[in-house]
Amino acid sequence: MKISGAEIIIESLKREGAKHVFGYPGGVVLNIFDSLYDNKDVQLILTRHEQGAIHAADGYARATGKAGVALVTSGPGATNTVTGIATASMDSIPLVVLSGQVPTMLIGNDAFQEADIVGITRPCTKYNYLVKDVNDLSRIIKEAFHIATTGRPGPVLIDLPKDVTVAKAEFTWPELDMRSYKPTYEGNKWMITQAAHTIAKAKKPVIIAGGGVILSGASKELRELAEHAEIPVTMTLMGLGGFPGTHALSLGMLGMHGTYYANKAVQESDLLIAIGMRFDDRVTGKVEAFAPHAKIVHIDIDPTSIRKNIRVDVPIVGDVKRVLTVLNKVLKEEVKEQWDEVRKAWLKQIEDWKAERPLTYTWSDEVIKPQFVVEKIYELTRGDAIITTEVGQNQMWAAQFYKYDKPRTWLSSGGLGTMGYGFPAAIGAQLAFPNKLVIDIAGDGSIQMNIQELATAVINKLPVKVAILNNRYLGMVRQWQELFYNERYSYSHLDVVPDFVELARAYSAVGLRATKPSEVEPVLKEAFKIHKPVFMDFVVNWKEKVYPMVPAGAPIDHMLFEEPEKKPEKKLKAVK
Amino acid sequence: MRHTISVLVENKFGVLSRVSGLFSGRGYNIESLSVGETIDPQVSVMTIVTTGDDQIIEQITKQLNKLIDVIKVTDMKELEHVEREMVLVKVAPKQEDKAEVLNITEIFRGRIVDSSQKTYTIEITGDEKKIEAFIELVKPMGIKEFVRTGKVAIAREGVKKK
Ligand SMILES: Cc1cc2nc3c(=O)[nH]c(=O)nc-3n(C[C@H](O)[C@H](O)[C@H](O)COP(=O)(O)OP(=O)(O)OC[C@H]3O[C@@H](n4cnc5c(N)ncnc54)[C@H](O)[C@@H]3O)c2cc1C
Ligand SMILES: Cc1ncc(C[n+]2csc(CCOP(=O)(O)OP(=O)(O)O)c2C)c(N)n1
Ligand SMILES: [Mg+2]
Repeated sequence: MKISGAEIIIESLKREGAKHVFGYPGGVVLNIFDSLYDNKDVQLILTRHEQGAIHAADGYARATGKAGVALVTSGPGATNTVTGIATASMDSIPLVVLSGQVPTMLIGNDAFQEADIVGITRPCTKYNYLVKDVNDLSRIIKEAFHIATTGRPGPVLIDLPKDVTVAKAEFTWPELDMRSYKPTYEGNKWMITQAAHTIAKAKKPVIIAGGGVILSGASKELRELAEHAEIPVTMTLMGLGGFPGTHALSLGMLGMHGTYYANKAVQESDLLIAIGMRFDDRVTGKVEAFAPHAKIVHIDIDPTSIRKNIRVDVPIVGDVKRVLTVLNKVLKEEVKEQWDEVRKAWLKQIEDWKAERPLTYTWSDEVIKPQFVVEKIYELTRGDAIITTEVGQNQMWAAQFYKYDKPRTWLSSGGLGTMGYGFPAAIGAQLAFPNKLVIDIAGDGSIQMNIQELATAVINKLPVKVAILNNRYLGMVRQWQELFYNERYSYSHLDVVPDFVELARAYSAVGLRATKPSEVEPVLKEAFKIHKPVFMDFVVNWKEKVYPMVPAGAPIDHMLFEEPEKKPEKKLKAVK
Repeated sequence: MRHTISVLVENKFGVLSRVSGLFSGRGYNIESLSVGETIDPQVSVMTIVTTGDDQIIEQITKQLNKLIDVIKVTDMKELEHVEREMVLVKVAPKQEDKAEVLNITEIFRGRIVDSSQKTYTIEITGDEKKIEAFIELVKPMGIKEFVRTGKVAIAREGVKKK
């Protein structure tokens, strides 16, 4: 029996196990929407903006490990997804984005709502397609899911001309045959053995765990390696949760806003084992001065990540989980080193660094410190929540003052740093885990970038919590201006911030506010009890800065720390 | 260092822009690029001449390999190979230089493919050195314009690089 392109799309989504699609309708996708109308297998979540749809699909993907799916119309619908696609691309997140397109015969004519979305998204997708023949449709969708979720994951876009969704064809579900796409999963055994011997000889090793550990589902294998060979572990922003933040061997995050002890350990190390991470400039600081004494073992599924920025002594191309499984085996069965004695001095040194400069902030009785809010969230949830973030100071404090013990509980836009990511991502994660506490740790600037999604949360009964660290500033920008631009606060003050409590009410959600430190805990407790979306407006100290901080381009052990405040806190509170 | 990279790709629309987009997006330089079908009509070959230090060339080949439509990437530097390029040169020599132009064309085993009252169009095929030498020689006699195809390259069979 022949069915329409629209029906083929839905049948294919069903076969891929995509129960939820985030989307927004428009002219050229009406046939697809019509087929969704009475479909029981695939549910569409109507967002209030296409950017919201993409980030929600992304949050869904990060929380579950499955591909997130979005469906939008042509032209403006499609172009509104670009930021979200680029966000997913930079962080290697699997998405399948279905965009409508004008009918095939009108393509290239500057037709109504035509945009060359395949051309526009070519550099920010892993792959993209323009479907020209309904007979190719199911194969292309199958390929898209395959490409999005295998190897180094990433977003794939499929552009669907309206006539293709109307045309009819027999439904087929062909075996995939892609001669030019074959990711490498197994690491080279000889290289892995080299790595094992390098580890055996090292006196001051450090593991840097990145987003690849989470994408690969390799937390268990990583922990086994760290514990067996007694190697301290630091994580990139994307790697948080890949290794338990509460583990004695955890050094927390490294890099620009990393911990003192993580950056110190990396700089002093004689061996770095970089696992599923890509040596971003936020991580390395000045490249020439990075880890000057260290040999580097680098495990990554994408050969382009290796030797892109940093010299490597033992490159291993492969999937983290599989490589670590072999590495652990070689270490236990062939190397058989006992590390207890060897590591004593190094682990002692690290303990000293931890004691010397732990992550801290100055307490205040009068004004809420944003770090305190994050600490309280951690304390009250006992770490059992999914945290998403916006971008800026809020994101860095959320990375520093909450300990992530499990993978896929920390969802943050790292590579692109997209303000407006956290709230829709929280909606996507909440949809995937209806019974989990999902909290967006937000800034007052960022939350306004996708605030319209509050309607999506309310209507779909998704009880996401948003903790706004309201400093009335684009705080991260203000911090740079204070430290590096002679306190010239050029357009970083937000002047008018909406009344977030009233705003939540206007959407039939709940709004709560805390203006004093003593109110923080009661507000959080109340919010966590409410089975509805809640905006919490924490009016925090606007002068607060994120420390430690490595100035851009400096070596990562050149860190700035909080200076003892000269003026009393009280005066700093007033801002008009 | 200059490298000639041969890239086998799926013969689909959009592939050329994926490859050229990779170069422009990452700031790599393309000196010349030629595309054509291979013996398998579903496969095209691109010959790209680019420059960069070892690290850049390594990234270029890795990034090319990463493109979904790329089947095989060969850096010709690693192989004994033959390279050829064709150029069409339109010269407008003075009356007294005409014989010399024909003479040089003969020496370079070129062919006159078109002529008018004032001009000759000459086809020359060869490696880069030969083409450069030809252009240098006829330049003083008045080149109006020339077009080059860009290089194509093929590995030699059964010959290992020393
Ligand atoms: C305001 C701001 C400040 C920031 N400050 C910091 C900071 O101080 N410190 C910090 O670390 N980051 C910071 N970041 C984030 C930074 O920009 C990068 O996003 C982050 O460092 C990249 O993490 P990653 O190296 O783990 O790479 P990801 O982007 O997570 O890449 C994952 C890597 O793993 C590989 N991979 C994927 N799947 C597999 C698999 N199955 N097997 C093997 N390998 C795989 C990929 O090929 C890739 O190389 C900041 C971002 C913002 C917005
Ligand atoms: C879409 C987008 N535009 C601009 C920026 C640059 N930027 C980075 S942090 C920041 C300030 C964020 O302000 P806010 O959300 O209030 O967070 P805070 O730093 O105050 O916690 C800006 C403007 C960005 N990351 N994303
Ligand atoms: Mg702010």
